[in-house]
Amino acid sequence: MSIGIVSAAYIAAAVLFILSLGGLSGQESAKRAVWYGIAGMALAVAATVLSPDVANVWIIAVMVVIGSVAGWIVATRVQMTEMPQLVAALHSFVGLAAVFIGFNADLEMSRVLALDEGSKAMLIGFAKKLAHKDAIEQSILRVEVFLGVFIGAVTFTGSVVAFGKLAGRVDGKAKKLPGGHFLNAGAALGCAVLLVLYFGGAGIWTLIAMTLLAFFIGYHLIMGIGGADMPVVVSMLNSYSGWAAAAIGFTLGNDLLIVTGALVGSSGAILSYIMCKAMNRSFISVILGGFGGTPGPAMEVTGEQIAIDAEGVAAALNDADSIIIIPGYGMAVAQAQQSVSELTRKLRARGKTVRFAIHPVAGRLPGHMNVLLAEAKVPYDIVLEMDEINEDFPSTDVAIVIGSNDIVNPAAQEDPNSPIAGMPVLECWKAKQVFVSKRGQGTGYSGIENPLFYKDNTRMFYGDAKKSLDALLPMIE
Amino acid sequence: MKIGALTEVFSGESRVAMTPDSALQIVKLGHTCCIQSGAGLKAGFSDALYRAAGVEVLPDAQAVVDAADVLVKVRGPEVSEAQALRDGQTLISFFWPAQNPELLEIAKARGASVVAMDMVPRISRAQKMDALSSMANIAGYRAVIEAGSNFGRFFTGQVTAAGKVPPAKVLIVGAGVAGLAAIGTSVSLGAIVHAFDVRPEVAEQIESMGASFVYLEFDASELPDGAATGGYAAPSTPAFQAKQLAKFRELAPQMDIVITTALIPGRPAPKLWTADMVALMKPGSVVIDLAAERGGNCDLTVPDQKIVSDNGVTIVGYTDFPSRMAAQASTLYSTNIRHMLTDLTPKKDGVIQHNMEDDVIRGATVTRAYQITFPPPPPKIAAIAVQKPKEKVKDLTHEEKRAAENAAFKAQTRNQVGLLVGAGLLMALVGAFAPAEFMSHFIVFVLACFIGFSVIWNVSHSLHTPLMAVTNAISGIVILGALLQIGSDNWLVVTLAALSVLIATINIVGGFLVTRRMLAMFQKS
Repeated sequence: MSIGIVSAAYIAAAVLFILSLGGLSGQESAKRAVWYGIAGMALAVAATVLSPDVANVWIIAVMVVIGSVAGWIVATRVQMTEMPQLVAALHSFVGLAAVFIGFNADLEMSRVLALDEGSKAMLIGFAKKLAHKDAIEQSILRVEVFLGVFIGAVTFTGSVVAFGKLAGRVDGKAKKLPGGHFLNAGAALGCAVLLVLYFGGAGIWTLIAMTLLAFFIGYHLIMGIGGADMPVVVSMLNSYSGWAAAAIGFTLGNDLLIVTGALVGSSGAILSYIMCKAMNRSFISVILGGFGGTPGPAMEVTGEQIAIDAEGVAAALNDADSIIIIPGYGMAVAQAQQSVSELTRKLRARGKTVRFAIHPVAGRLPGHMNVLLAEAKVPYDIVLEMDEINEDFPSTDVAIVIGSNDIVNPAAQEDPNSPIAGMPVLECWKAKQVFVSKRGQGTGYSGIENPLFYKDNTRMFYGDAKKSLDALLPMIE
Repeated sequence: MKIGALTEVFSGESRVAMTPDSALQIVKLGHTCCIQSGAGLKAGFSDALYRAAGVEVLPDAQAVVDAADVLVKVRGPEVSEAQALRDGQTLISFFWPAQNPELLEIAKARGASVVAMDMVPRISRAQKMDALSSMANIAGYRAVIEAGSNFGRFFTGQVTAAGKVPPAKVLIVGAGVAGLAAIGTSVSLGAIVHAFDVRPEVAEQIESMGASFVYLEFDASELPDGAATGGYAAPSTPAFQAKQLAKFRELAPQMDIVITTALIPGRPAPKLWTADMVALMKPGSVVIDLAAERGGNCDLTVPDQKIVSDNGVTIVGYTDFPSRMAAQASTLYSTNIRHMLTDLTPKKDGVIQHNMEDDVIRGATVTRAYQITFPPPPPKIAAIAVQKPKEKVKDLTHEEKRAAENAAFKAQTRNQVGLLVGAGLLMALVGAFAPAEFMSHFIVFVLACFIGFSVIWNVSHSLHTPLMAVTNAISGIVILGALLQIGSDNWLVVTLAALSVLIATINIVGGFLVTRRMLAMFQKS
């Protein structure tokens, strides 16, 4: 296959990738869009393998077969509640691959530059490109390699830590080594120094040292960010994995890599932006971890939390005409989505209006709740975004909060001194009655007292979300 | 303990402080109940019903006073009743301690504890014993029914074959509990309802009940602070009053029914509906004055009477609206009493524990153990949070809006131009040093970023997880880099490249498959 045809295939692949992302604007078109993505990827890989630049095809074949089987197993076995972990794990792979490829580029460069003109003519693939580079281009290449490896390494350890936190293997709380962000800043400074050394031709050890420092930055940065900020972290790592791919694209001079990397990078950046906006926090403050100091004492919460049993909730639901359910991370933890779906089905069968209100940062992954509800066969047209449903609460009979806390905290609107003041929240307390399914009396991730629980029209339905809902189901008539 | 209910001696009072239902609940607290024979008759509860509920029926008041440890009543005691109290006995009823200092002295001298239902503090926890509110609710409802029976037309507008009927226009002055109940009742009868209150923060409540709030143009500083008086209205300034009366004069000719409920705690009722306003009203209109007992909001009101003005406006000054619905009022009041007893019997063992540390009990108790405990100290918990009126967003004029838009547009333009110039300079700097090949790739990169941004903004929020999965899969495109390097002669490069191919493949296959799986789950109903 000639270079021209390979380029044509790359153009087609780039277009297909763009169509694939664009198709995600709606549920139905998305089902087609994923095929565009698959076709684009198949085209790109096939064209590359068949091009004159590739050798050792048998190694590729073996690796692709093993990788496909592994990928297939992972994709079919994963539970929908484990999606955040899976996404984080896949990010780490991209990061690691970027590190490897960056090292290869450096190794190849040293090898190729040492060759004489005759052997240079025999080279193929990446090495052939290297052979034609002049001194300036080599310097630029060094910077590109360095950046690619740096971003890849941060993505790798960051994603591994994020994976550990999401899978519950690492404590989800924000943790920092003594020195905090000065350590990160120091490491970043070290990397900059190493870049200068590497630029000056100090050899591969600078690259290795920088990789270790970058590994540390990724690890320490994500360790310092707590559980509920994970949607931002995962989106951010998504973005990084894209930029890593783009940096590799520059290194290799491959436009398809650059285009795809830029698409993925901007996608992750936008997701991070949306998540931060939904929490009314700046990206920087999320990355620095934890909540900032408060400008004054928090408003005192008066009243008491009044508990209710399943019969009380059932009676209210039987009387209600319109119901809004607000799921949160607690629903995913308790694996209660099937029970929620069953409850929804029963209530809808009685002719009641049941809808779901999803806050952008509910769960640990952007859109996490939607996927869980879809898995439990809740129709997507009754699952609404915050902006679509917030005005409907005053005309709603019953709002049920299942395992969410900060996203329904009225202090965000009422108390200017609250750490979450100004964060857009679901105004469920405007419904005639609110039931909160919650394990105990504790505060949410942010450690902020939630005045919702003390409102006159709120009743606390204590207990494990799944068990509580299962107890409720037979009483719906 | 024995709880005893007395027959009301006040003339015309039909309510009773204990119903057969409430007695059953009181027994569950470990108490026993007795009642004076015939006490519930006017409210529709015969002695037989009480007996069936296990209540001991005693022949006269003296027998009840002797037998009971706790006396429950509706109206405050007469002097003779107060003198019959004995040491250690508890009386639960309305009492109005501020207006009845002599009764307070008698009760103190007799050594009885008096729990005044009208002194229950207005906090959330005490709502279930707030008898003032439950009685006001009934009064508000009854006021509308009374108005209807004296008003010669429909409430609701109708177009019939026999002609068109306009809807009645109702004005409710004072949107406390009674006012809101009156609003709800008139709205559900189909009238067009306007309501006024000196506390602008209740506008939202009024509108939520389906009435329109009568706004006055005033300066916020002229207003008394609603929160300082525990949610009750406070006297208003003369300037404010003048504006208010002017507004009423403007409304008077249009209104068919006026229901006034304005009361200020501890003061005579303010005169809001003057004789000249009545004169402005159409013949056949009705004024219901719920403040008649305290002098009335209307100049012409005669307490306990219905009069007709010279121009044919009916003015009702009854003071016993709750009593006119004795069955309903007794049910609600006895439930309030029962809740009070529940709080007084925390262990449900039939032993009254008069806990003076409890805000509600402390607030309601006016005499105890030869002491007058009125007025109570301010409660530890603040009264129901009466919110300060929200700063009204000032409606900008057209010019102001235009100016603001222009300013925003200019700021945006400045911002964008600044960014473009900055970015352009940066590009020029890069271009000055970087080789041509790099720049050609850079163009691709920048354009791809722009495409990415515009495409991703359109992605539906509910598909963010599939979006992450699919971007994961396509970021597996780094496999191309590994493929191009795998042909190297260096074994280390080949190994690293092979590993990269492996993990990138996992990424691609896993990412796409899991995306497909997720998207297949999204189903329409």
